[in-house]
Amino acid sequence: MTASPGGAAALRIEGLHKSFGDLEVLKGIDLELAQHEVVCLIGSSGSGKSTLLRCVNLLEPIDAGRIVVEGDEITAKGIDVNRIRRRIGIVFQAYNLFPHMSVLDNVCLAPRKVLGLSRADAETRAIELLDRIGLADKRREYPDRLSGGQQQRVAIVRALAMQPDLLLLDEITSALDPELVAEVLNLIRELAGNGMTMLIATHEMSFAREIANRVCFLDGGRILETAPPAEMFSAPREERTRQFLDRVIAAGRL
Amino acid sequence: MSMTGGPLDTGDLIGLAGRGGPRRSRRRLPPGEAVRSSLIALVSTVLVLGGLAIVITSQPNWPQVQRAFFDGQIFAYSLPLVIEAFGTNIALFLLAEVLILVVGLAIAVVRGLPGPVFFPLRLMATIYVDFFRAVPGLLIIALLGFGIPALDLPGVPNDQFFWAVIALTLVYSAYVSEVYRAGIESIHWSQEAAARSLGLSRFQSLRYVIVPQAVRRVIPPLLNDFIGLQKDTVLVSTLGVVEIFRESSIIKAARFNFTPYIAVALVFVVVTIPLARFVDWLVARDRAGQASNR
Repeated sequence: MTASPGGAAALRIEGLHKSFGDLEVLKGIDLELAQHEVVCLIGSSGSGKSTLLRCVNLLEPIDAGRIVVEGDEITAKGIDVNRIRRRIGIVFQAYNLFPHMSVLDNVCLAPRKVLGLSRADAETRAIELLDRIGLADKRREYPDRLSGGQQQRVAIVRALAMQPDLLLLDEITSALDPELVAEVLNLIRELAGNGMTMLIATHEMSFAREIANRVCFLDGGRILETAPPAEMFSAPREERTRQFLDRVIAAGRL
Repeated sequence: MSMTGGPLDTGDLIGLAGRGGPRRSRRRLPPGEAVRSSLIALVSTVLVLGGLAIVITSQPNWPQVQRAFFDGQIFAYSLPLVIEAFGTNIALFLLAEVLILVVGLAIAVVRGLPGPVFFPLRLMATIYVDFFRAVPGLLIIALLGFGIPALDLPGVPNDQFFWAVIALTLVYSAYVSEVYRAGIESIHWSQEAAARSLGLSRFQSLRYVIVPQAVRRVIPPLLNDFIGLQKDTVLVSTLGVVEIFRESSIIKAARFNFTPYIAVALVFVVVTIPLARFVDWLVARDRAGQASNR
C-alpha cells in the first residue's frame, strides 16, 4: 500500500450532491475515512448508498461538492479519471465479472492493460491472489462455472490485483445465497485485518457491527447519524435510525 | 424453420439440421417410437415429393419446359464454366466481407460515442447508415463502377472490380454496423462500469470487454448478412465484370437456353445452404447456452 502524504485522510467527501433528473439522490454528503479505516453505510434501499459509492469511483458525475483521495482532489476539472480509478477498487452487488474471459484473465486484464504488466507478471500475481482465496485451481474456468460466492470472491481479487488504496464494496453479499455469504465476508474480514481502507454499503448488520470502525446511517440522501457500531446498534440517537434498525431486527437480519 | 421437431422435418431427413433445436424434443422419444416416426417421415416425404414430380412431368407442356431449363447437355457444358466464373464472386465477397466487418464495426463504435464533442461524427455515421440502407445497392454499384472510371481521375483506380468491392462494402457496412450496434447495446452497462472502475479507458473497455461479448452475440445475424452479400455479388455483372451470372448469361444467349441459370442457382444453393445450417446451429447453441445460465 502506498504511504499517505502527510497523513492525509484516505478519503474525504465534502458537500456531495447528486441528482438523477429531478430526483436528488445525495443531498450534501460529508464523510471522512482515515487510513486503514473501515466504514459501513447502512440504510434502506434508495437511501443513496450505492450512488455514493459510484460517485466516489467517478462512475457517476457529481453535481456539487468535492471528493479528495489522499490529498488529491479527484473531482477537480481536467483530472484523468482512468488514473484515479486505478487507486480505487469497487466491487459490485452483481459481481460483474467478464463472462467471456477465464477467471485468470478477469484478474489479469487491468494489471496488464492499465498498469502495463507483462502477461507472466500479471499471472503470477493473479495466481497468488487466487491462491489466497482458494480458487487458484479454478483459474481456467469461466465465471458461469463458479458459484455466486466464488464469483464474488474473484471480483474482489480482480479489484485487489490493481493494489488499490481504497476499496468500495456495494452490497456485495446481497445477491448471494445465505450459505455463500460467509465465504465472502471472511475475505473482507481478512482484508480489514490487513489494513485495507474500505467503504462498505451493506445490509448485513451483524457484519457491519463486527467489522466497521464507524457506521453511517443514510436516510433520504443524507448521512443522518455516524457512530461506532456498538453505539449505533445499541443506542442510536436518531428516531429514523431506530425505526430502520427495528425493521431490520423484525426482518431477522441482526 | 417452423417445422421444429415435426415428423416432416426435412432437415433431419437429410441429416443437416445437426444438433440444433429440432433434435432436442426428439431425444425424449423412446427408441422404437423414434424409428417409427422416422419411417413415417420418410415414406410420407417420398410419397409427397414423388407424387408432385409425377404430376409435374406428366403435364403436356413439360417437354418444352425441360428443354428450356433442364437440358442435360447444356448443363454439363455450362457447369464447369460458371463454377470457374464463380471464382470472381468468391473474390468479391471475401474481399468485401473483410472490409465490411471492419468498417461496420468502426461505424457502430462511432455511433455509440458519448458527449457533445462527438456530435458531428455521430451525425455523419447516422447519415451514412440511413443513406446506404435507403439507396438500392445496384444503384451504388452502377454509380461507382461506371461513374468513377468514366471520370478518369489521375491516381484513382479505373478497375471495375475494385469499385464493385467498394460499392458492396459501402452498402453492406451500413447494415452490418446496425447489427454490431444492436450487439454493443445489448451488453449490460454494468460490464462497462466494471471495466472502467478498474482503470481501463473507454476505448480499452470497448476493445477488451464490450466488443468481444457483442460480436459473439451477433455472429448469427452477421452470417445472415454475409449470405446476402454472396448473392448480391451477381449485381456486379451489370458492370460487365465476368462473374458467375455474366458468364451464364453469355452461354444462355449463345445457346438460347436457360439451363445455365439453373446451374448458377445450384452453385449458390450448394454454397449457401451449409452456411445457413451453420447459422441455425449457432443460434440453437446460443439459445441452449443462455437457458443453462438462467
